[in-house]
Amino acid sequence: MSRRVVVTGLGALVPCGTGVEPFWQALLGGRSGIGTLGRFDVSGYPATLAGEVRDFTAREHLSQKLLLQTDVSTQFALAASDWALQDAKIEPGTYADYDMGVVTSNACGGFEFTHREFRKLWTAGPGAVSVYESFAWFYAVNTGQISIRNAMRGPSSALVSEQAGGLDALGHARRTIRRGTPMMLAGGVDSALDPWGWVSQVAGGRVSRATDPARAYLPFDVAASGYVPGEGGTVMVLEDLAAAARRQAHTVYGELLGYASTFDPPPGSGGVPGVQRAIRAALADARLAPGDVDVVLADGSGVPELDRVEAEAIRAVFGPRGVPVTAPKGWTGRLYSGAGPTDVACALLAIRDGVLPPTPTGDGQAPGLDLDLVTSARPGRVDRALVVARGKGGFNTAVVVGRLTEGDLGDS
Amino acid sequence: MSRRVVITGIGVRAPGGRNTEAFWDLVTSGRTATRAISFFDASGFRSRVGAEADFDAVAEGFAPEEIARMDRATQFAVSCARDAVHDSGFDPTRVAPERVGVSLGSAVAAATSLEQQYLALSRAGATWLVDHENVPEAMFDYLSPGAMPAEVAWTVGAQGPVAMVSNGCTSGIDSVGYAAQLLEDGEADIMLAGATDTPITPIVLASFEAIKATTSHNDDPSRASRPFDNSRNGFAIGEGAAVMVLEEYEHARRRGAHVYAEISGYASRCNAYHMTGLKSDGREMAEAIRVALDQARVAPSSVDYINAHGSGTKQNDRHETAAYKRSLGAHAYRTPVSSIKSMIGHSLGAIGSIEIAACALAIDRGVIPPTANLQEPDPECDLDYVPRTAREASLRTVLTVGSGFGGFQSAMVLRDAARAAA
Repeated sequence: MSRRVVVTGLGALVPCGTGVEPFWQALLGGRSGIGTLGRFDVSGYPATLAGEVRDFTAREHLSQKLLLQTDVSTQFALAASDWALQDAKIEPGTYADYDMGVVTSNACGGFEFTHREFRKLWTAGPGAVSVYESFAWFYAVNTGQISIRNAMRGPSSALVSEQAGGLDALGHARRTIRRGTPMMLAGGVDSALDPWGWVSQVAGGRVSRATDPARAYLPFDVAASGYVPGEGGTVMVLEDLAAAARRQAHTVYGELLGYASTFDPPPGSGGVPGVQRAIRAALADARLAPGDVDVVLADGSGVPELDRVEAEAIRAVFGPRGVPVTAPKGWTGRLYSGAGPTDVACALLAIRDGVLPPTPTGDGQAPGLDLDLVTSARPGRVDRALVVARGKGGFNTAVVVGRLTEGDLGDS
Repeated sequence: MSRRVVITGIGVRAPGGRNTEAFWDLVTSGRTATRAISFFDASGFRSRVGAEADFDAVAEGFAPEEIARMDRATQFAVSCARDAVHDSGFDPTRVAPERVGVSLGSAVAAATSLEQQYLALSRAGATWLVDHENVPEAMFDYLSPGAMPAEVAWTVGAQGPVAMVSNGCTSGIDSVGYAAQLLEDGEADIMLAGATDTPITPIVLASFEAIKATTSHNDDPSRASRPFDNSRNGFAIGEGAAVMVLEEYEHARRRGAHVYAEISGYASRCNAYHMTGLKSDGREMAEAIRVALDQARVAPSSVDYINAHGSGTKQNDRHETAAYKRSLGAHAYRTPVSSIKSMIGHSLGAIGSIEIAACALAIDRGVIPPTANLQEPDPECDLDYVPRTAREASLRTVLTVGSGFGGFQSAMVLRDAARAAA
């Protein structure tokens, strides 16, 4: 029988809150992390609003040596990993080195760092390029640095599939645990808010050009005008349930019950988008029926056409207004690889606290979507949640998490 | 019972030849494709040697808008995927697209396009606040390279799981390992698996130069890559791609496909030591080898050939020599070991998949590629590195390894499917 995989620690670092509890309270209170991008003078740019991490000082968490060799996204990832391990009370010696692995997703790499090195190369020559550039930029940097910081030598990897990648990292961590590694750190963190990263994100054509922070990123709303790019993400501790029980893990947020990943048909081919298949396959993997799900944390891109496709898929599976749907990323901005794991954290906290986080609203739900959209914090028992993430290009990933029932820890 | 995974199609684009056959011909002839870098003026660099591929996007059938949109590395991968599908004989229209997935590795992804765009948008670095008025839409896909596996998925009509595995220089082993796990677990029936990198650009070269990882044998470019040789002083950068059709064994057998080799074991470990440095004892690579062999249910003494990482840096070649001794014991001294990076350079994330393709061909055709340029071995590298000349050999079990920045150490075991125990 296949090993069961549970979440025992969370570390979140997102624009409306640094740390899991501040972030969760901000979401429930509808406090947005979106504002005018402050990293550079953005006044002349076509889009000016971003979800920026503001209350985090990297030097309070990391050594000077690490600060020098890392991009801001890696600094976020290292802090979030530390917090997840502290939350899970995993310390050196809890597991053997080969029994701990790391899977992160990263959509943009250490982009601001590499932008600075490109500039040095082309203004001062090859000799000016940092000795850290070769590893501060590449997409595996967070996995490597987390592995080194925590002496984790088990199977480890880095995945890129734009915004779907964070959930793929959780899925791969689960796969790795089922294959015998009892503990994995997994999640996603991104940041590309330097000028070059910014124009590159805007070039994708889906970024909101709104100027009012309260109306810039409104998933499923009549006034939806695209998404606001954000930074940050979530890293979590996943464990084999039996191993967590053996070490008497003090908190189990929930179980990772199902995972599935699909890809859309080629553009213009007229095929059915893959998001509905991902949802159904994740439910099947969890051996659950649609009626077993208490809330859907949607991708909610804020691009009307993409919102419509996702709403159609949710309706097809759950029926019109058949399940509460929420997209709290409207308060944080679109976090790319950080989005899926952050939504999974929200789902687990909703299970813990019996309350659904809201989606920001503007002029009301777009006509025809027919979703039971959660627009203010909604109390109610949550046992199981579905999380959806979609990546530009055609990636669809869905994850199902559920409450661990009494006795599961003791009996396993 | 677990599902067996086999390779039924191969597509390679590597320096020194235009297709898979030309690649195999080169690496079994002992000729080398390392030359003075021609893609840009490298005169300001310490290392001015690279293995550049002779790749003609128009001749490969790409339309102008595809050439404009796709990074060079993406074009390589798409060409390889087409070849692999053709080679495997699988008809994409006869397989449910939901059961076909893509796992593509890359270390530096769209580096070529990033550098081109950077120069245009910043006026060659003159401004930190880059131009926002003339940014092509594809710039997004160079920033976040999900488009690379996506283009491959579109090419073959895959609608199953699609992802990029980006683990630096082990990307090419790990992407195939990832695909094999998905097939074993029943998440797909066919995976297009491989890796691509086209890193011969100033920024990538400069980043390796900064830590003296690349060779300075500029005076003799064709002999610049010297794995295991006492005079080696860094790797020669290369470019290329390999994409393979991986499928579940029964699926392949039912349709009568030619099976090159079976992927029997795969494992990866991290050294958690240093982002670029290696401990000399080879402990974590040895562990990856041990676990991969264990998964394949073969004894260390059954390994017939090792396709080495063999990058040609001082520390790497000693590190992996130690790892072979640690994992195979006395059998390490009896096992032929070779590095095709001696001939086609080190194409970062791509090379692991190119090397898996080489292993599959080695098994299929009974030939071990040599280590070119090996004249005087490092006294600390005292194994049989198959110097300069290929060998005929009946290969039943082959091991390939990779080692990369971030501390990744990966190992894969390939076997002759017909002779592997079911």
